[in-house]
Amino acid sequence: MNQYNNPIIEVKNLLKEFDVIKGFWAKKAKIKAVNDVSFTINEGEAVGLVGESGCGKTTTGRILVRLMEPTAGKIIFAGKDISILKGNKLKQLRRELQMVFQDPFSSLNPRMTVYDILKRPLEIFKIAKTSEEKKQIALKALQDVGLKSEHLTRYPHEFSGGQRQRIAIARALILKPRFVVLDEPTSALDVSVQAQILNLLRNLRKEYSFTYLLISHDLSVVRFLSDKIMVMYMGKLVEVAPTSELFKEPLHPYTKLLMSSIPNPNPRNRKKLKLIEGDIPSLLNPPPGCFFAPRCPLRTPECDKTFPKLREVKKGHLVACFKV
Amino acid sequence: MRKNKMATLGAFIVIAIVIIGILAPIISPYDPNAQDLYNSLEGPSLKHPFGVDLYGRDILSRVIWGARISLSISFTAVLLSGMLGIMLGAIAGYFGGIIDEIIMRIFDMLLSFPDILLAIAIVAILGPGKLNLILALTIYSLPQFARITRGSVISEKNNEYVDAARLMGENDISILFRYILPNCISPIIVQGTMRMATAILVISGLGFLGLGIQPPTPEWGTDLSVARTYLRVAPHMGIFPGLAIFITVMGFNFFGDGLNDALNPRLKDR
Repeated sequence: MNQYNNPIIEVKNLLKEFDVIKGFWAKKAKIKAVNDVSFTINEGEAVGLVGESGCGKTTTGRILVRLMEPTAGKIIFAGKDISILKGNKLKQLRRELQMVFQDPFSSLNPRMTVYDILKRPLEIFKIAKTSEEKKQIALKALQDVGLKSEHLTRYPHEFSGGQRQRIAIARALILKPRFVVLDEPTSALDVSVQAQILNLLRNLRKEYSFTYLLISHDLSVVRFLSDKIMVMYMGKLVEVAPTSELFKEPLHPYTKLLMSSIPNPNPRNRKKLKLIEGDIPSLLNPPPGCFFAPRCPLRTPECDKTFPKLREVKKGHLVACFKV
Repeated sequence: MRKNKMATLGAFIVIAIVIIGILAPIISPYDPNAQDLYNSLEGPSLKHPFGVDLYGRDILSRVIWGARISLSISFTAVLLSGMLGIMLGAIAGYFGGIIDEIIMRIFDMLLSFPDILLAIAIVAILGPGKLNLILALTIYSLPQFARITRGSVISEKNNEYVDAARLMGENDISILFRYILPNCISPIIVQGTMRMATAILVISGLGFLGLGIQPPTPEWGTDLSVARTYLRVAPHMGIFPGLAIFITVMGFNFFGDGLNDALNPRLKDR
């Protein structure tokens, strides 16, 4: 863990509220998709963000790259507060922050060839002057993700899902960003292709030396690709720990639940799935205390009063639970 | 399969009419305004396949020249309203909010007039004439283009490639014109073809009412309105301009339907 100690992104008390209309007559309600989240990502570090659908993972990622405005809170990138940047300064920031999207079928413009897709950022940031230079850079990026030069002139619909995701990765990396958000980069792909993309990302990390936040609901994906894992539940971080430690000794009851739900391919090791009672509470009407309390086996009266703060229980291991 | 044939037929008709319109000065056998009062109201013959009208003018030539007038006016009007409507609709759909409200409420007002009434009102205020007719048709078609464009822009802008473009540092104008609009073009082209048909219908409708192209310029609707008086003695005077309107409008409609099927992948299997 100690190899990374130079923070590249610091998120402080991030809050994102969405308006929800309950009914025609009802007043507008607000839900907190990201609720008072703070964390730090160090330069070179690979951080995973896991949680179930709708827990605010993607929203967090989109705010980090400034595709969305936070309702409150700060994002410090390389020492500067980027949550308030606008205009040209925001445009210059775009060079350093990139994102790979979940669905490669919607993230590539169907009317542009691969070359046009890769060439645009070079033109916008005036990175290459001659068209020969542009072509060289685009070709290099394409080859780095395992595609060939003849693919440059093709349109996205001529590619498979895995190839499309490779193109999307090439596009995100062509500007040599310092920080990349990988938003479920493999969840739209076939299992066999998933592995290829994961290996590709692992190799590219070495070559392009970027820091990333990997968003996923798949614990095995996160385990493969991250140094540190953050667990999110209903818009709150409940546990942050180094990958090996989290898998060895998960502390938060929600993390334990997640771990127990990883499928085991070996039938001899099959264990009975511990089912827990209750459903996820509604974000429209969250419980007064810990959001996990209604489903938690360790619940005490204290848990129904306040939401526990994230506190460090071991070096680098943070948990938001009273019972740990 | 049947629909496919109709689309081909439509395309064939449209191409034929356009060629006739463009080549009118070459292919029309007579000057459309040359009078021959000795042979007034004569029926179809070898010399005059569609017969002659009240003043002895060759009806075939007038129908051919009529295509030129109808097509040039409707095409100009559709092009103008298309460009303006696409711009306004795209801006409304992309930026949303108060801009969207203002633009679309104005178009709702225009849409609340029954079809041809709006065109009649505009021409009645401005007076008849080619230019005013173009203006009336442009305003008349504007809301349709704006609505179609707005709808497709709204559905396209939620795609992740728009987010990706923003991350590449693209600005709003570039995102709208380089990324979103090219993906909205097929319904707009279909709409344009359909609007051609309506515009031609409105031109002849206004001509019939005496509000469109004024005589002696050859125009199908105007000629039809003159022919009405002589329907019993010289039915050919009305039949041929009427047929021209019917075939042209049908051609554009079939062609538009066909384009819709061809460009809309969701309908392809039907």
